[in-house]
This record gives sequence, structure tokens and C-alpha cells, in this order.
Amino acid sequence: MPKSKNPVGRRGFLKGAAAGAAALVASPAGLKAQEAQAQTKGAATSLPSARLAAAETAPPPPRVDVYTTDRPGSDFMADVIKSLGFEYVAANPGSSFRGLHESFVNYGNNKSPELLTCCHEESSVAMAHGYAKIEGKPMMIMAHGTVGLQHASMAIYNAFADRVPVYIVLGNIADVAWRRSDVEWAHSVQDAAAMVRDYTKFDDAPVSLGHFAESAVRAYKIMMTPPMEPVVIVADAVLQEEPMSEADRRSARIPKLTLSSPPAGDSGAVAEAARMLVAAEDPVIIAGRAARTPAGLKLLVELAELLQAPVQDRRFRMNFPSSHPLYGGGNLATADVIMALEVPDFWNSTHTQTPVNRMGMESRSIVKPGTKLITIYSGDLAEKSNYQDLGRYAEVDLAIAADAEATLPALIEACKRLITADRKRAFGERGAKYAEAAKRTKAQALEQASYAWDSSPITTARVSAELWNQIRNEDWSLLSDVNPFFSNWPTRLWDFEKHHNYIGGHGAYGVGYGAPAAVGAALANRKYGRLSVNIQCDGDLNYAPGVLWTAAHHHIPLLSVMHNNRAYHQELMYIEDMAARAQRGVDTAKVGTGLFDPNIDYATLAKAYGVYSAGPIENPNDLGPALKKAIEVVKKGEPALIDVITQPR
Amino acid sequence: MKKLSLLTLAVMLPAFSFAQNAENGKRVFVRDGCYECHGYNGQGTIAGARLAPPVLDAQGMIRYVRRPAGAMPAFTNKVLSDQEVNDIYAYLKTMPAPKPVKDIPLLNQIK
Repeated sequence: MPKSKNPVGRRGFLKGAAAGAAALVASPAGLKAQEAQAQTKGAATSLPSARLAAAETAPPPPRVDVYTTDRPGSDFMADVIKSLGFEYVAANPGSSFRGLHESFVNYGNNKSPELLTCCHEESSVAMAHGYAKIEGKPMMIMAHGTVGLQHASMAIYNAFADRVPVYIVLGNIADVAWRRSDVEWAHSVQDAAAMVRDYTKFDDAPVSLGHFAESAVRAYKIMMTPPMEPVVIVADAVLQEEPMSEADRRSARIPKLTLSSPPAGDSGAVAEAARMLVAAEDPVIIAGRAARTPAGLKLLVELAELLQAPVQDRRFRMNFPSSHPLYGGGNLATADVIMALEVPDFWNSTHTQTPVNRMGMESRSIVKPGTKLITIYSGDLAEKSNYQDLGRYAEVDLAIAADAEATLPALIEACKRLITADRKRAFGERGAKYAEAAKRTKAQALEQASYAWDSSPITTARVSAELWNQIRNEDWSLLSDVNPFFSNWPTRLWDFEKHHNYIGGHGAYGVGYGAPAAVGAALANRKYGRLSVNIQCDGDLNYAPGVLWTAAHHHIPLLSVMHNNRAYHQELMYIEDMAARAQRGVDTAKVGTGLFDPNIDYATLAKAYGVYSAGPIENPNDLGPALKKAIEVVKKGEPALIDVITQPR
Repeated sequence: MKKLSLLTLAVMLPAFSFAQNAENGKRVFVRDGCYECHGYNGQGTIAGARLAPPVLDAQGMIRYVRRPAGAMPAFTNKVLSDQEVNDIYAYLKTMPAPKPVKDIPLLNQIK
């Protein structure tokens, strides 16, 4: 635990804060501290000295210095934050932002934003990550500029790669003269945001309250313009805690926030894309993070139906309804036009690699010569270099650097203008073909799900079917990444229709995202009365399980169903692969990857954090009743966890 | 007589070496990580094809394990003997065929 909780250091720090240095020398408190130090050096059982006894029994002397203010700078900072409309601020408490913390609670009445008590900064950020994908707007988080940000950094990278806004405020003491102890020195930094600058969109370290207001509003605006990514503002601790200066009282103001309209595609390029799509005999649409909002999903359905073109949903967002006859169809090998909407690493979609798990593997295009490739990708507007989440360079015929959702209305209209009666007839025949294929795919999925139906450990297909049976008539929201950890079963069996039915995954595949992101997203779902469901990987929960307590403490209704396969299973498969390749020790892959001996009792873990729980469930026939009971708890507004011993995938 | 016994033994050896032990096959299936991609019952997952009931014969399975296609690593006879693959095959053959979807209410209700 890098964050210092040293009680000795804390006493010294409080001592320094209590009065001034002069008062300290003469005060009983100072004497007491000296006596305590002497006692530590001497016998533990020695009697108190006369001086110490007097200090403890005498009335307190008049205070030399009374340090109060009616207007700390943090109140103004809170006003700035309030002006941006945050519902929540998530934080593990830290002294470098204690002023702002106190202002939110007392000056701001702990409303808009309301403080969420987190047990780890990674949880704070991942909660904000999940929340934003449901709510469409950011949550604020606070952290130390040093140790807190170090904890938070992986989660920030996940949000960055997932193009999700997170508003990060860091505490820091920039001026050396204001640092009172080794704690504060260790918690201070020259350039706090440097650590995460490679995977944030904007940062600033304001030197006045007016500067804070301007940069805070600017950061929000930049963050919310696609591609949306986290931003960082440093709240200097002295600015927070000292009274607002006369100059700031006269001049500091909160600038007006005007969000930029999302960048839409150039009209000429959009017309060219429409021409290609309408002329195509075998087009395929690939959707990555195309639907930022429910409107994006509707637009994509409209475009697909207009063209009767299949949509392959990579499920980084809920882009397209899974029961739609155009869902999932199409063959990239035969397609004559492929359009990728907000697909990171599009190259990977159009190439095959053999064998999959060999670095520097041979690859070849799976697209036939002459196929036209179109991308609409906001990532082209804001790529960074150091962290390589950008994927291989994709050779395409038309690249539109724009937000896909914002471009779809113009693209739909451009297509409509070009569609003749003949084309419409051809589209209809194409659509009928895909509708038949979709029925066959569903039937195959159901048949595959029937294998090992009664087995223990329970198959992921059985868990998915049992869960679907309980939630199908609810307004449900699946908040965890089930592709591929759960063999995609929910997306193969369930009827995904609405944008909030699914939120995609990690972004950068940083494990530890799952549990806190689900809690944050469930918080966003709470006011809409939705049933939030999380299929929780066991390895993921062990990163920061304290988020279960956060869910209980803040009464966040969330059903978590453990995918307890007792391993970091992806890595287990990799080690098996390496061993087989080296022709040795294929029976030792569990060393360093297994989560057994002892088995982890997640039901007891959840109970310890105040969460209703049941399990471990090994008999598939016990699962349905357990889920039903847990959902009753969730419907009453509380979290619940069911531990299920599952097949590996 | 001695010659006859040796001859008999020689004839019997291949049969012994390919005798299948499903119980041992189950043990090896788990010990050597087959379940990791194919599931404990060989039902198949997103990471590995369905193996049970087997569609290949035992020799076909041995050939595939030695020279697999796609993502599966090759398991040479240094780490997995022909006999062990045979035993795995026997284990997979013990897996019951699934009930028809129409007889599983939870699946039958999914459209």
C-alpha cells in the first residue's frame, strides 16, 4: 500500500497544523509531544512527569493563533465543479485534496456532486468509466497527485483506450514552503499529470483560482468532444485551503461552458461513402464504438435497414440489436464494400493471423482484391504515440476522420438520395438472405448451449440461460465484458435491444476494471430503475474487492454473478500454449495462474463487505432459485452477489 | 511353446497399447489442460472446438493433436503419448449426447 497511513507521521502533521511553530514550543501540546517522545525512548511503564501531569490537568492556555476563514479557495473550486453538473465525485480520501473534500460536503451540502467513498483510486476511476458509459456524461474523481494517481493510472488508461470521459482532480502542494512534513514532501510533485499525460486528453496545474475556473471548464469541454478521453486538473492544496485572495474575490469568475458539436464527416467524403455503399452488392458494416448514445443505435439500425447490409458488432458498445436479422451476418471474405464505424485496430478485422498465438505471426488479408474499405473514426483526430493502442496502420480507400454517430444522419440522407427502385429490390433480396442466416445462427447457438447442460462446474451457457430466464422481463442492463470471458453466451442467447443493455469492455484490457465499472454503471442505472447485472470474473474482483463495500455503503443495486473458474484463465491458456510449444510440463500451467488452494469464498467475501450473497453454487439446478432470491434483494435497492463455480469459458 | 508365447504377446501388444482407459483419459484431460479451451466435458468454448461426442476416430484425434490447425498448440509425444490421447478419446466417448433443445425449457423459450 504505497499510500502513507503512518500514524506517527499523521501526528506530526496534525501537530504542525494545530498552531504555529512559536505556539508549539510553549504549548502544553508541544510539551506533551516531547514527553511522549521521551517516554518512547525510556521505559514504557514509567510514571508521568510532573510537567506532563500538569499539562494534562491544567486548563488550556489561550490560543496564540486562530485560523479560520469564511471563504476558502476550495469553496470557489466547488462552485466551479458544481457549474459543470457532476452528480458524483468518487474518491479515496487524501490530505492533498482535503480542502475540496470538505467544501463538497459542507459548503456544497454533499449534493451535485455527492461524494462516493472508494477503497482504492483504481476503483474511483473505473466506477467513473462505467458510469459514463450509461449516463453519457462524466463522473469526477479526486486523488493525490502522487500516490493516488499511481493507483489510478491503469484505470485511466482503460478509460482512455475506451474513449470514455473521466474528470480527474488531483491534490498537490506545489510550493515547497507550504510542505510541513515528509508526508507532504512525498505527496508533492513538480508535474503531477506527467505520469498519465500519454493517456489523457488535456491537463493543467492552475496557479490561481481564476486559472482553476478557466482550465476546469476548458478541460470539461475538451473531454466531451469526441473522441472523449480523461482529463486532469491539479487543485493546488494551498489554493484550496487558504482564504480566497482579494484579487480572486474581485476577478475570479466561472466561464460559460459551451460544448463543441461532435465532429461530423466532410460532406464530400460522406457522399462518396454513400455512393460506394449503395452500389455495393455485398456490403458489410463493422461497428466498434459507433453508438455513443441511444440515438447512435437507432441511426445504425436505420442505415443497415436502408441498405439491408449486415452489421458485425464488435460490442465495444451496444451498437446494434442482437435479435435483428441483420445482426452479425456478412462475410468479409466476399464483401465488396466494408465500412468500419469507430473500430480501433481495423486492420485486425480484415486480416487473419496464423497461428494466432505466435508473435510476429504470418498474416494475410482476408478481403478480396478490389474490395473498398471505408472508415469513420474519431480516433484519427487525436491519436497519441507512446501507448500503442492504435493498432496496425489500416490501408483503406476512404478514411473519414469524424465521429461516426455524428456522421450517420448525413450518410443516411446521402444514401437515400442514391437508392433507386432497382437497388431497393436488390437490397430486399439481400436482407431476406441474412434473415434466414440469422435464424440458423440462433438455432446453432441453442444447440451448442445444450451440451454439458447438467455438468458441474456449470457451463457458461447454462449460467447465461438461467440468468436470462430471470431478467428477460425486466429493464435489464449487462455491465460486464462477456466477450470472450463468458464465451459470448449472453450476446448469443439474450435479446439485446436497448443501448443500456450492454456497455462493452475494458478498453485497454486492464484487469480490475470489471467490478468497479459495474458498480459505477449500476449507480447510473439506479435512478432509471433498471436491473443492473454483472457477470464478474474472479480474477478481476481480487484486484480491489473493496468496491463491494462501496456498493453496499451507497445502496447501489447490482446483481453480481461470479464467473468463478478459479484461475486467471486467459493466462493459464497462454502458459499451456508455451509449455506445449516447448514440449515440456503441460501439466504445470496452473502454477502462477490458478486461484485455488485455498479456493476463494466470494460469498463470504461479499458478506464481509455488507453485500447479500449466496454460494458457492456447483449444482446447476440450484442456480435459478439463488438468482431469483438475489434479484429480490437488488430490486429493493441493494447489491447482491452469487458465487457460481463455472466452466473455464 | 516359448516362441508361441512371444508371438502371441507380439500380436497382443498393439491391442494393449491401444486399449482405452476412460478414467485415465479424464485425469489426463484435466491434468494436461485440454479442459482449458474445450471445457471439462469437451463441450467446446469460444477458445476451443467441441470434442464430445467425438467426430474423429482415435487415430484422427492423435493426428490432429500432433498437427493441429488454428490456435491450438501442437502436443507432441514428448508431452502427451498416443496412449494418453487414446484414453482421452475414451473419456470423451463417455460424454452423453445432449438433450434436444426442445426438451430444455430454458433454451426452448429463447427465440
